[in-house]
Parts: sequence; structure tokens; C-alpha cells
Amino acid sequence: MKLRRDVFQAIADPTRRTIISLIALQALTPTAIAENFDYSRQTISKHIQILTECEILEQEQKGREIYYQLNPKGMREIAEFIEPFRKMWDDRFNKLETVMKKHQSKK
Amino acid sequence: MEQKTKIIAEEGKQELTITREFDLPLKLLFKAHQEPELLEQWMGTKVLKLESKKHGSYAFETTHNGNVVFRANGTIHEFIPEQKIIRTFEMENTKIGVQLEFLEFEKITDSTSRLTMQVIYRSVEHRAIQLKMPFEYGINMAHNKLQEILSSLK
Repeated sequence: MKLRRDVFQAIADPTRRTIISLIALQALTPTAIAENFDYSRQTISKHIQILTECEILEQEQKGREIYYQLNPKGMREIAEFIEPFRKMWDDRFNKLETVMKKHQSKK
Repeated sequence: MEQKTKIIAEEGKQELTITREFDLPLKLLFKAHQEPELLEQWMGTKVLKLESKKHGSYAFETTHNGNVVFRANGTIHEFIPEQKIIRTFEMENTKIGVQLEFLEFEKITDSTSRLTMQVIYRSVEHRAIQLKMPFEYGINMAHNKLQEILSSLK
């Protein structure tokens, strides 16, 4: 069986989430994607590679350039995933812990 | 790093379970759910009403630039301090509909505690709408941010 990357892992990373939202607006070349970040081109390439392996992004050849666009199939799949929902509760509960520790020390 | 908050959402089921261990005594964990001014702080929403008792009800509202962006309400069916809250929850103006929540509070040690939240939706589809929402919200936020940046360049 071919080992497939964990989609959870793919969208858990903030840089990769930003890449997804950039590409959601329009298909972009790797260079255009990298221009949005301060990271090295290699780092961004690695993120793009992971997103492609997870079938979130797909390549399209336009003339001499390769453009990346969202893979509708992968995106539909990803929407079902619970990581952002989990993250929302995790943030809330972290806040709860902070609020209550402060509340406790006030007494 | 181990994830502190865990979600169990089995395929094909209309419920999910959220568990979390807190670095707080049981008493404080429960208090955070009981008192409006504390709940407000961690939920990040205004509490319009919270009657922490059996047959009590509650309402939350969040506004942004004067517009209501989130409204939720529900009824409390069971309220046993430091043990259990059973309540309904409904986010207004969404297709999720009303959900039933069982919150169980447990002591682990004198300074740690656990919350288990079982949430039951009307159907598998209703649960799916809920799960997708924060993801779509995240994408929309990123879009809005981009639009703001783009329009400021014009």
C-alpha cells in the first residue's frame, strides 16, 4: 500500500493554510506563491509538495509555467476534517485555563 | 507535543465527543462554565443571559463593528455542580439546528480535572455542517484579509 501523507498534518500548518487561501483566489506559479512569504523558496516548495501529495493542490501547465490550483476533490475531503474545529476548541480551552488561573491568583 | 483537546467524531455517526484535561482543580473548571463573567472571557462572546440551574436558559451574542456576527441560545436540562451539565445549544442563523450537549466534569488530582462533552446533532449531515464551519471561516478570514490588502493597494 502506498503511504499517503496525513491531510490533518497538511492543514495543521499555518503556512500551508495561507498557501491554500492564496490559491483559493487564483492559480499561482511557485514563484508567485513564494513572494508572499519571507521563507526561502525551498521551504515554500516543500510546503507545496506536501499539499500536492495530499491532493489539496494540483498542477497545471500553462505555456512554459507551472501553475498550482486547488484540487476540488481534495478540498471537499478536507472540509470534512475536524482539525480546524478541534483547534477552535483547543484555543477556547487554553483561554479558559488562563482566565481561571488569573481568577484563582486574585483571591 | 500531545494534543490537549481531543475530538472523536466517528464516521457515519451524528455525534461527537470533545475531551480535555485541564491544569485546574475541578472547582475552577466548573466555575468557568457557571459564571457569566468568566464564561464570557474564555468563550470570547458576550453572555446576554445565563441561568445556571435546572430549566434555566442562556443566550450569547457577539458583535463586530456594531453588527451581530454570532448568536446562540439554549436551555439547561440538568445542572449538578462540579459533575454535570446537560443542555441544548443552537447557533442562530445557521443550518446546524439545535444540538444536545452532555458535559461531564471529573477530578483527576487536586489540581487537575477533565471535561468530556458529548454533542449530539439531528443527523450526520448536521454534524458535517458544524465540522466544516471553522475551516470555511478560516479560509474566509484569509480572503477578507487579502481583499483588504489588495484594496489598500489600489
